[in-house]
Amino acid sequence: MKNLTLSQLLIKYPFITDYFEQNNLEIAGYENGTFEEYLRHFTREQIEDKALDIERLSSDLWIFIEQMESFLGIEKENEVRSLTILPGKDKYGNPEQFEKLTILPSQIISIVGPTGSGKSRLLADIEWTANADTPTGRSILINDQEPDRKWRYSSNNKLVAQLSQNMNFVMDLSVKEFIEMHAQSRMISNPEEVANKIIEAANKLAGENFTIDTPITSLSGGQSRALMIADTAILSTSPIVLIDEIENAGIDRQKALELLVSEEKIVLMATHDPLLALIADKRIVIKNGGIHAVLETSQEEKNLLNDFDKIDSVMRNARQKLRAGEILKKDELF
Amino acid sequence: MNLTIFSGPPSSGKTSVILKAIASFQQRNIAVGVVKFDCLYTDDDALYEKAGVPVKKGLSGALCPDHFFASNIEDVVRWGKEKNLDLLITESAGLCNRCSPYIADIKGVCVIDNLSGINTPKKIGPMLKAADLVVITKGDIVSQAEREVFASRVGSVNPKANILHVNGLTGQGAFELSTLIYDEKEDISSVQGMKLRFPMPAAMCSYCLGETRIGESYQLGNVKKIELGEEK
Repeated sequence: MKNLTLSQLLIKYPFITDYFEQNNLEIAGYENGTFEEYLRHFTREQIEDKALDIERLSSDLWIFIEQMESFLGIEKENEVRSLTILPGKDKYGNPEQFEKLTILPSQIISIVGPTGSGKSRLLADIEWTANADTPTGRSILINDQEPDRKWRYSSNNKLVAQLSQNMNFVMDLSVKEFIEMHAQSRMISNPEEVANKIIEAANKLAGENFTIDTPITSLSGGQSRALMIADTAILSTSPIVLIDEIENAGIDRQKALELLVSEEKIVLMATHDPLLALIADKRIVIKNGGIHAVLETSQEEKNLLNDFDKIDSVMRNARQKLRAGEILKKDELF
Repeated sequence: MNLTIFSGPPSSGKTSVILKAIASFQQRNIAVGVVKFDCLYTDDDALYEKAGVPVKKGLSGALCPDHFFASNIEDVVRWGKEKNLDLLITESAGLCNRCSPYIADIKGVCVIDNLSGINTPKKIGPMLKAADLVVITKGDIVSQAEREVFASRVGSVNPKANILHVNGLTGQGAFELSTLIYDEKEDISSVQGMKLRFPMPAAMCSYCLGETRIGESYQLGNVKKIELGEEK
């Protein structure tokens, strides 16, 4: 591999342009030599000036290629068919109150418990694929096996994607540029197609439509949330999605969950909103840093969901009438 | 004693991340001490004191902060030994994105934050590229897509490093970090004779020596000019 010229390398591993670009290496004019030869052309002065670490740059390229190769090659192998949580202890050392919790793709599990009760810790245990080596002593199994350590450190293979209330777009790009940039970092071959798919999905979630050329910073709260969810569902590599409360504004939450589930994600959702919590098949109750109970959503609760839905639509209706300048009347609302 | 060198742009969350990691060391009875390097001002030492760990601060004042670091680290390590620490952490702000205080064979951690923009990995030099471990913070306030792009760009400039997301507010990821910056089996007693991973930028021009006047005739020593091109 080291004897290949840069142009041969570029044909074989097109993704290395990213390495050259991020490291500010201008290789134009050096395509016919090897990478070593290219690195040797820098003068002492240039090395100092650009703060180049020649040795490191040279060894890093081969590591980068290896990592990208395995990232591209093992996507299939990375398939998460189940996530299992084995119990540990709460912060007082009491054993957790469940035997074994296995979650499958397309399942939704809600997490309830007061702030500071240990929700972050549970999430961190999953993200870190804990192996009885974290303060809770929990273990995480993927596909019923002790997971590969790559989940812990790799920049490209993260187990958990997060959607939280505080999230914002900080970049100044159009929706199209934004999605394409994300697609590029994942080495997707058909970014345009993916971009269209994401926007279509996002528009189904948000009340008001936006286009591919809308700057992401001018999206409304509901639209940004919709775009984030659609992008995470369709383009994120992470098989598990953690949602920290989806607020009830400008977005169809039920459809959002359906979208994630249709993309085979395992969905964990921290929420105290009965409308969302009861959609889940099971809910994890956290107390004192440990899992206090794993409850199945009962049929009675599922039935309640319908009632809550009615109450919710009364509120929605009232809100709309207020917005339209109408006077609220009890018999029209109930 | 273990030594770990933390570095990262100002306000990237170094102190919050270290404090959260310290909390998990304290639960395991590992004695940690911190030396904070800064330039003109810091009150982070008060935060460490509040957390109950021995702390010293060094302000570089008129000197280049990373040069100041290099000329003090030996004494700092001696202080840590005297305090019988299991782990000594140094924290310093990378001020010009060119310096890096990492020492060969000593764990070096770079803390950068998602909010700094996705071109940041490209802009930071050896401070990021030569780190063993890169901690990315503030992931809870940017979109998942931006987190992923940011992490992948960090991976492009430093494929060797382990990359870890830590939330400095909730502490998510801090325990995991703590397992990577302390190794029971490791023991160093001095850094004398060890080498910096990367040379610091060259300086020594008349302005280094206190010159304040602007103009070609006052410029001596190592001077560099911007190429503005000829315009007539």
